[in-house]
Amino acid sequence: MMVVRSVLTLLVTFGAISVCSAAEQSIVLASTTSVEASGLLAHILPRFTAKTGIVVNVVAQGTGKALDTARRGDADVLLVHDPEAEQQFMDEGHGSTRRQIAWNDFIIVGPSTDPARVRGGSDSVAALTAIALAQAPFVSRGDKSGTNAAELRLWKLAGQMPGTLNEQKWYRDVGGGMGQALNTASAMDAYTLSDRGTWLSFNNKGSLVIAVEGDPRLINRYDLVELNPQRHGDLKLVAARVFADWVVSSEGQQAIGAYQVNDQKLFSPSAGAPK
Amino acid sequence: MDCQQLVTHVLTPPPSIIIISELQNFVEIVTLSISVSLAATVAATAFSLPVGAALAVAPFRGRRSIVVLINALFGLPPVVVGLILYLALSRPGPLGSLALLFTPTAMVIAQTILAIPIITALVHRASERAWARYGDELITDGATRLQAVPQILMIIRADLLTAILAGFGRTVSEVGAVILVGGNIRGLTRTMTTTIALQTSQGDLSLALALGAVLIGISISISATVFALAGQARTSGSDEV
Repeated sequence: MMVVRSVLTLLVTFGAISVCSAAEQSIVLASTTSVEASGLLAHILPRFTAKTGIVVNVVAQGTGKALDTARRGDADVLLVHDPEAEQQFMDEGHGSTRRQIAWNDFIIVGPSTDPARVRGGSDSVAALTAIALAQAPFVSRGDKSGTNAAELRLWKLAGQMPGTLNEQKWYRDVGGGMGQALNTASAMDAYTLSDRGTWLSFNNKGSLVIAVEGDPRLINRYDLVELNPQRHGDLKLVAARVFADWVVSSEGQQAIGAYQVNDQKLFSPSAGAPK
Repeated sequence: MDCQQLVTHVLTPPPSIIIISELQNFVEIVTLSISVSLAATVAATAFSLPVGAALAVAPFRGRRSIVVLINALFGLPPVVVGLILYLALSRPGPLGSLALLFTPTAMVIAQTILAIPIITALVHRASERAWARYGDELITDGATRLQAVPQILMIIRADLLTAILAGFGRTVSEVGAVILVGGNIRGLTRTMTTTIALQTSQGDLSLALALGAVLIGISISISATVFALAGQARTSGSDEV
């Protein structure tokens, strides 16, 4: 009896501790995985919170899922990188303002043995054509993320349609985040398309190296999208606006530009750049 | 990576793991995991103990089917529980106005749902045995069947510990449901299991492995505690157990 009672008391005590406080003002930022996995948000958000007292809770989901989360009204502000999907989101009337805040670029990474002989090139479409011709293993995110969308656009330019790609044995759709795709590519010596930020901060590269970079078609822009108060009136849109304004302010832009991993800049601030 | 490389990799962690703030994060993550799981275990226990015992002693139409159902839910896939709860807690969902999505409370609810079938089924099984043995005695004392529930629970108290700790084990180790409804938010809903998933996805296998070791350590402590407590209960003079 004593034993049961003491265990129950213990459980109840710990249970009580866990009733969590959510008193301070907080907003939910639905973001792509790359800005979270690269450490960018962990670098800039404490500065914003220190200045305004607003806590930003980041749910890192990949662009497709993040846009869906916002459509359902479960996020207060978005940080995403798929211009076409974002335009559709705006056209549907879910967003109010969409501002570019930073850019970096995509790269094609692959095994150092380079079976498709694409290493050192800067033409992403030619490289994908060569990979398809060589039937060299290629890992696709397959998760409707911004990177996945960019990859499929490049494949189309290389004359490969998503439907036919999925029938190819060398084309491996892992249905996961950038890190999962890189882990898989590293384990099976495959090529994959990665954003540079995640690549630079990724710690399990194995034999993977950068194969193709520097193609203007590999530009990767990040946009901050605020939600339409007419569609999502009960959200914390005022705090979300304060956040969005801070990110595009010189202070926020400087914080983005100052973020480095291994002495390399991961994101270039571009709030002033034309759309 | 061969075994030697793996060992070297683990023994020489990247600088990130030894920075103080990371250590603080680590403690935060472990604390959150254990608190959320304990809260869920308490909630599930409060429901499962009386229900599990009542199912053993009170005869009513459909009882067999309920018992079968509960045992089937033993294997409830966490990711399905997470998805259904996600839709329920999402703004357009029936519970959307509570604004619970992406909070620790949502994780507690998910884990409670996962723990209930396990605890209830184990309590029911033990209660059935105790009822077969002591049922007649308990009723001839003048109690109704339902009034015998507390006494049944008393008799099977050693089994209750196993049941409760099995429920705790289920909650603390699952990832599919909490990552969906919690959102894996740093400092708010990031638990040990979701951190392991995240660190693995960032290629930080050493931190992932360290957290895995803590998780296994907790599991071992739990079963050690069960055995110690059960042994204590047996020697403290209760001959029925």
